[in-house]
Amino acid sequence: MTFSFQAAVGERGFDVSLSLGPAETVAVMGPNGAGKSTLLSVIAGLIRPDSGRAELDGRTLFQLGVVPSDGSDVAAVRGRGGQHHWTAPHLRGTALLAQEPLLFPHLPAVDNVAFGPRSAGTPKGRAKAEALHWLAEVEAADLAAHRPAELSGGQAQRVAVARALAADPGLLLLDEPMAALDIHSAPLLRRLLKRVLADRPAIIVTHDVLDALMLAGRVVILENGRVSEEGPTRQVLERPRSAFAAGLAGLNFVPGTLAGDGVLSRQGLHVAGHAEDPIPAGGAAAAVFPPSAVSVFLTDAHGSPRNSFQVTIRDLEPHGDQVRVRGEGMAADITPSALADLGLVPGMTVHFVVKAAAVSLYET
Amino acid sequence: MMGSKRLAARHAYTGVPRWIYTLAVLAALMVVLPLVAIVGRVDWANFLPLVTSESAVSALGLSLRTSAASTVLCVVLGVPLAVVLARGRFPFLGLLRSLVLLPLVLPPVVGGIALLYTFGRQGLLGGTMEVLGLQIAFSTTAVVLAQTFVALPFLVVSLEGALRTGGQRYEVVAATLGASPGTVFRRVTLPLVLPGLASGAVLSFARSLGEFGATLTFAGSLQGVTRTLPLEIYLQRETDPDAAVALSLVLVAVAVAVVALAYHRPAGAAPPGASSGKRPTAAATAGGQVT
Repeated sequence: MTFSFQAAVGERGFDVSLSLGPAETVAVMGPNGAGKSTLLSVIAGLIRPDSGRAELDGRTLFQLGVVPSDGSDVAAVRGRGGQHHWTAPHLRGTALLAQEPLLFPHLPAVDNVAFGPRSAGTPKGRAKAEALHWLAEVEAADLAAHRPAELSGGQAQRVAVARALAADPGLLLLDEPMAALDIHSAPLLRRLLKRVLADRPAIIVTHDVLDALMLAGRVVILENGRVSEEGPTRQVLERPRSAFAAGLAGLNFVPGTLAGDGVLSRQGLHVAGHAEDPIPAGGAAAAVFPPSAVSVFLTDAHGSPRNSFQVTIRDLEPHGDQVRVRGEGMAADITPSALADLGLVPGMTVHFVVKAAAVSLYET
Repeated sequence: MMGSKRLAARHAYTGVPRWIYTLAVLAALMVVLPLVAIVGRVDWANFLPLVTSESAVSALGLSLRTSAASTVLCVVLGVPLAVVLARGRFPFLGLLRSLVLLPLVLPPVVGGIALLYTFGRQGLLGGTMEVLGLQIAFSTTAVVLAQTFVALPFLVVSLEGALRTGGQRYEVVAATLGASPGTVFRRVTLPLVLPGLASGAVLSFARSLGEFGATLTFAGSLQGVTRTLPLEIYLQRETDPDAAVALSLVLVAVAVAVVALAYHRPAGAAPPGASSGKRPTAAATAGGQVT
């Protein structure tokens, strides 16, 4: 294992464990304030956790307090005399690429990229050669002599990628690197990151499902400072186990317990469906179905095997060439002409109807 | 494009009430009129001999030497202090900041007395100094110390402002790229606040050059040793008003040069974060010249 991490920051309610294999890229997703940036800051050494332990390529990044995850770790800490260890940020080999490029404004692009090698003691000439190599690698060789103020947002972020890679980090930390870019620069950078991340470990914080799918093999969902779900990206998106992951995948998600041929939610909603794998009776399960499988009726139209839920419309919004009708915890996609026929407006109470055959049930 | 911009500026609505202009003109006159008066009073025919008399040249030379020395001292001591004030995290930081800025509002003569009771023979460190064989009060060293005492806050305020506006984001990035704190300071922090540091140093120099009260109290007025140009002017005013006026004009000229140097920057030279360091210095200038 290349990277292992466990840390708790009491005042932020943050308690996360994470590990990475060699050359593995993990996407970290979650709602705002879930602790994604805290995670990167603790790894990079910018925030000191109350307790925890992290190791990168066999080097200890930090070891603080008592590790609460399991008994053997506590014993290991005690076995080493319970000594606290703290590696300063500049000795960690965890280069951080933020939403903004943050190129040093007083240095031309090539010197920005050479900054890491120079800091590591590489002689000037060789550092410059390395910088030119990395600039070429991010398709920015022609920008070498430019000052950061002369670069566009996309160009600057490419140079920032080169700068981070030139520092030869053991672990690359990316904090929403595409978020500040316009829609024309983002695809180029995403393609470029896919190429350079292929053979190095990285953690990428992102809001974009596309980033997770293209760049990461595994996704970790953080909610309220904890890992609420993690797994291979495709699996998490196909069979989400958290409301947040279901939202990312654009699926309706009703968590609850198995009851009869469906799931009974905590709010007392029963959703009938079919399970591919057997679920123990009374076990935690979720009913998941796409909004496109939901029809909207003004009156209750019972006809088994169908689910019908009374829903108050909260929002209507365009969604591709459909209209997404959002109710409490559930959404339906209908055509604009259906919307006009039904005369839907927010605040109306309607019936969402979905065939049981369109609902998947699985254990959570 | 420049022309259209100027045109837009002339046609744009400002919303300033008319009476404000009246008071603003009065304020400008308040500053400009005395300068005009002094220029009008100069005895131009004898100007050169007056400013090149032996005592004048000696005073000017001493002023330039001591001001240069105190500026160097301000930079050497003020840069670390500003960094600690801007970046440090410990209790009583606010109190320390207020104390360091005290010389800005303190009457310099009080500063002089305070220095006398610190470094003088009877002072706090007087015994230690005597053991070391150092006699500071009423020496050129005392002039430099007095100037540093009053000028240090100018550099600290201007640099701390630049450091705060610049923020720590670049320094954090530099650290994650593997730069040690020393390298970050040398290659990122300092270059980014260089404009703030430069204007702070220029203002410190100007303040040192104009120092009067603290110098007279702590260093005395001995020709060639502690009698700087402001002291010489004050002395000459009694015996030879024409010489005093001529020398005053020299100081005015130096002040104008300093202001031009501190507030004129070639376009695009200052990084976006550091340029606003000049705001606190402007405030400091307003509160500082209480000689």
